[in-house]
Amino acid sequence: MADGVLEVLISRINYWVYIALMMIGLYGIIIKNNIMKKIIGLSILQTAVILFFVSIGAKRDATIPIIDHTNASAHTEISATNFINPLPHVLMLTAIVVAVATLGVALSMVIKIYREYNTLEEDEILPQLREDK
Amino acid sequence: MLAIFLGGLLIYCSFEFPLWGDPHAPASTHVSPYYIENTLKDTSVPNIVTAVLADYRGYDTLFETVVIFTAGIACIFLLRTYKTVEPDIRLYRHIPTGITLRIEKGGKFPEGSRHFERLDTAWVPYDLIVKTTCRLVIPFIQIFALYVIAHGHYSPGGGFQGGVIMGASLVLFAIAFNLRSAIRRMGERLIMLLAALGVCIYAGIGTLCMLLDKNYLDYSAFANILAFDPASARSHGILMVEIGVGIVVMAVMVILYYVLASAGKHDEGL
Amino acid sequence: MSWQIELIILAIVIICGVSALSVKDLLSAAILFGAYSFMMCLLWAIMGAVDVAFTEASVGAGVSTVLFVAAVYQTSRRTKD
Repeated sequence: MADGVLEVLISRINYWVYIALMMIGLYGIIIKNNIMKKIIGLSILQTAVILFFVSIGAKRDATIPIIDHTNASAHTEISATNFINPLPHVLMLTAIVVAVATLGVALSMVIKIYREYNTLEEDEILPQLREDK
Repeated sequence: MLAIFLGGLLIYCSFEFPLWGDPHAPASTHVSPYYIENTLKDTSVPNIVTAVLADYRGYDTLFETVVIFTAGIACIFLLRTYKTVEPDIRLYRHIPTGITLRIEKGGKFPEGSRHFERLDTAWVPYDLIVKTTCRLVIPFIQIFALYVIAHGHYSPGGGFQGGVIMGASLVLFAIAFNLRSAIRRMGERLIMLLAALGVCIYAGIGTLCMLLDKNYLDYSAFANILAFDPASARSHGILMVEIGVGIVVMAVMVILYYVLASAGKHDEGL
Repeated sequence: MSWQIELIILAIVIICGVSALSVKDLLSAAILFGAYSFMMCLLWAIMGAVDVAFTEASVGAGVSTVLFVAAVYQTSRRTKD
């Protein structure tokens, strides 16, 4: 019984670390008062999700998904179990670039908020919002 | 509280996950063996990730390019202000001696002279080392960026990475020298035009394939007009599309820096 | 051999992530975020995702940190939280 638990623990621990990283990002978004910290938390969450997806595609004893050109003249050794699964890499490439685009727009909004309310702490902005209404 | 609950939920789900490195995991068994085995035959591009990104899933990449372009436009809309109010005081620095002049309104401005350099109100010291180093290094960075775009077929790289590196070299130029001289070299209108041009290149190649009597973004249509076989026609199609993507990404990085560094007013910077 | 390196880099990643959210100086938070990005890039390179690692190195540690620092320069630098 103890053996089974230990083996399960060791084989799944990398997933738990990725989940812990995602939860750190989520905590940063919800709990922190400063808007820049919220944006950093959002970015941490994004990269942790990308890490999780990429880790799904890893294979044991397999090489990177670039076919060696000198090997290709043989044309017989391309088998799918020699190469790492390239499909998560493709989707995560799109995800990273979208992440940097949203970061740019978020930072522009932060500058505009600062210009309007002259502070970045949320507990000072919310009373001002209620007064403006 | 919510985070702990969600974490617990995900940990419970993690017992269903496949083991690390399993070749029979469901993510690796349905479509990706087809991609791995047939990329070299269909497209003659050794880098599987680039081939899947720009050829098998090219429609996805087209809309991702549109998303980046939209983000650049959104930044411009949010922050850019066009009121040109001349400040009353301009600061100039006399380069040979290091004295800073302060010229009030109504005086004569030494424009375009070799000995005077215009300063912003953020007081930046005159550092020769940074300027000379950047002047030496920036052309090599740009050549490396072009190499990364062109060798996306054979090594990790491709359109995005090369475009970001190229944009980063222009941002480096804007940081080392002041923002005004960067805008003088690479004007604002030119950058916005380049961004639109990149998206049009990508969509234009797709339309060109459709006009040549095949499906949208099916690059083997090029085999008809020039004397290629379909595999290398697809390889050249991927190259052209990557160039388009690289141009858009470079332009958007530069736009983001110009807008953020001056809060929309384009006259001062870091 | 590779799982020891992975464990160390994962530990550094978590430390960088937690400290980027809790320092009081926003400029330090931006630089720590750049370090976090670099460590993620190393993790992906170990797992074999070289394209993703290349993109994250150029985007996260190059452009993203610069944009953060530019935004911090335009707004305030200290924070109470």
